[in-house]
Amino acid sequence: MKRVLDSLRRRPRLAFALLTVLLAALPFIMGFGLGNSWVRVLDFVLLYVLLAIGLNIVVGYAGLLDLGYIAFYALGAYLYAWLASPHFGLHLPFWVVLPIGAAFAGLFGVLLGAPTLRLRGDYLAIVTLGFGEIIRIFMNNLNAPFNLTNGPQGMNLIDPVRIATFSFGKPLHFHGLTLPPTYFYYYLFLAFTLLAIFIALRLQDSRIGRAWAAIREDEVAAAAMGINTRNLKLLAFAMGATFGGLAGGLFAAFQGFISPESFTLWESILVLCMIVLGGMGNIPGVILGAILLTMIPEALRYIGDLQRATLGHVVVDPSDLRMLLFGVALVSMMLFRPAGLLPSRQRKREFAAENGVAEQEQASLYDAKA
Amino acid sequence: MRVALLTVDNVTKRFGGLAALEDVSLSVEAGEIYGLIGPNGAGKTTLFNCMTGLYTVTSGAVRLEGAEVQALKPHQIVKRGFARTFQNIRLFANMTALENVMVGRHARTRANVLGAVLRCRKTRVEEAGIRERALELLNYVGLGGKSRGLASHLSYGDQRRLEIARALSTEPKLLALDEPVAGMNPNERQQMGELFRKLREGGVTLLLIEHDVKLVMGLCDRVAVLDYGRKIAEGPAEEVRNDPAVIAAYLGGEA
Repeated sequence: MKRVLDSLRRRPRLAFALLTVLLAALPFIMGFGLGNSWVRVLDFVLLYVLLAIGLNIVVGYAGLLDLGYIAFYALGAYLYAWLASPHFGLHLPFWVVLPIGAAFAGLFGVLLGAPTLRLRGDYLAIVTLGFGEIIRIFMNNLNAPFNLTNGPQGMNLIDPVRIATFSFGKPLHFHGLTLPPTYFYYYLFLAFTLLAIFIALRLQDSRIGRAWAAIREDEVAAAAMGINTRNLKLLAFAMGATFGGLAGGLFAAFQGFISPESFTLWESILVLCMIVLGGMGNIPGVILGAILLTMIPEALRYIGDLQRATLGHVVVDPSDLRMLLFGVALVSMMLFRPAGLLPSRQRKREFAAENGVAEQEQASLYDAKA
Repeated sequence: MRVALLTVDNVTKRFGGLAALEDVSLSVEAGEIYGLIGPNGAGKTTLFNCMTGLYTVTSGAVRLEGAEVQALKPHQIVKRGFARTFQNIRLFANMTALENVMVGRHARTRANVLGAVLRCRKTRVEEAGIRERALELLNYVGLGGKSRGLASHLSYGDQRRLEIARALSTEPKLLALDEPVAGMNPNERQQMGELFRKLREGGVTLLLIEHDVKLVMGLCDRVAVLDYGRKIAEGPAEEVRNDPAVIAAYLGGEA
């Protein structure tokens, strides 16, 4: 395995070609190998990768712990529903609605970010958590006096993505082969995810990315080096929220139905866990985290079938087991790989046991005194 | 009349009831090395923080080339050509030496999100320029071979040098150094002294907080002495050294 990876590293073109083929064929492999429900799982994997990459800009790059991130996902989704469903009778095409939704969420990123600029660490986390809940509760209650969100019933019959006359909402029959909509959405989501990865990677290695890293390391020193910390923090919030809003719009079109239940605090924490588990600040790590935390719970469903087959009835409910394993995974990760599965160069250093030379010098100074 | 590079006019800074600075005035001329000395807790670092925008002054004014800057944010003051280092080293510990200095170029470069994502020609040229200038500055302060090392892995003296390189990369006219030779041995101190002279020859005005009186006296053109938040003496180093109020402040007793 290692030898294969090494030889691929030496041939980036070949690796790229293989990856392209794999990504293109993946829904068919999953669909025909494991069943069409797994293509749906793949779609969700991509949505979560998109979300995790957005949150990683805020948390991983700029170091702002945001626990209300899912609010932007909700805003993107609701905006899509407002502009493309029978609710207001608007049916704008997706290529109009998605950018508006992303920008709308980005604007809210700035609005919610602005009051939190002076807060750090735990305090910032609590305030953003509050914001996330406020948005959800608004969505839950804005069915009166004016019916904006249809309350807890949620909004349905949201338009599927449509390109020219081809609707993503209906299965395609082709030479006796039936392709459900999940296949089309896979390629759409993949395109957006790859775009997000590209943007995130480019940003990381730029003047902006360095400034974010500096703010994360030491905000005072960053300001004293000429970095406008206020604007750059707002920019991080806005960029993260934009990706969240985009993912939300895609989610609404994909599901055709949204309700406040999809945007709970748990979702925010799940996305944060993906980043922490995979490796904060490192795009491959974040992607890995999103894949694992979306796929594993789905795979655990088989444990229910397994129990039924062997014991005749379900002893342990897989969904309970899911939470248990999730907790065990996080705790053991904190113990054995605190920087994440694929940590960024910088994170790895932070968590490395070896102190800096200067700190060691300081420590030995104290020893000498004592 | 020639305008001083930096003037501090009757600056007072209070924290609650405590006056950390009381009516302090001084002026720094372009091209000189100006020393700020005083016993611990005299308010030297507080004055630095007031000048560089980290604290807001309670009253008084700080002027940079005649323009008031006391209400500006730190990054705006940097942009006007006034950079600083910190007494308790504040490097970006988990970034490499080179990255630290590259961050300092932020104020003098312009690439925005669009430029960063599209990486057009202009951005690439700018980015290469940032790297090149940062490497130059690392060589200048004597850290040429350590650019890829982590800031926190550098020795104490090298960290101080790196802080200076990082501050220099913002292209300051005036560089304020807060105890730059603290914790160094005599040999290192001497090397730092040489670096300061080299900086002045390069056209940077230096404002120096220092405890090492010998270094200050040998290096500074003029010196101000703070004690309990007040300026008790100012003038050429020789004069200040023999001032009875200064001797009393350092050694205790009646002035």
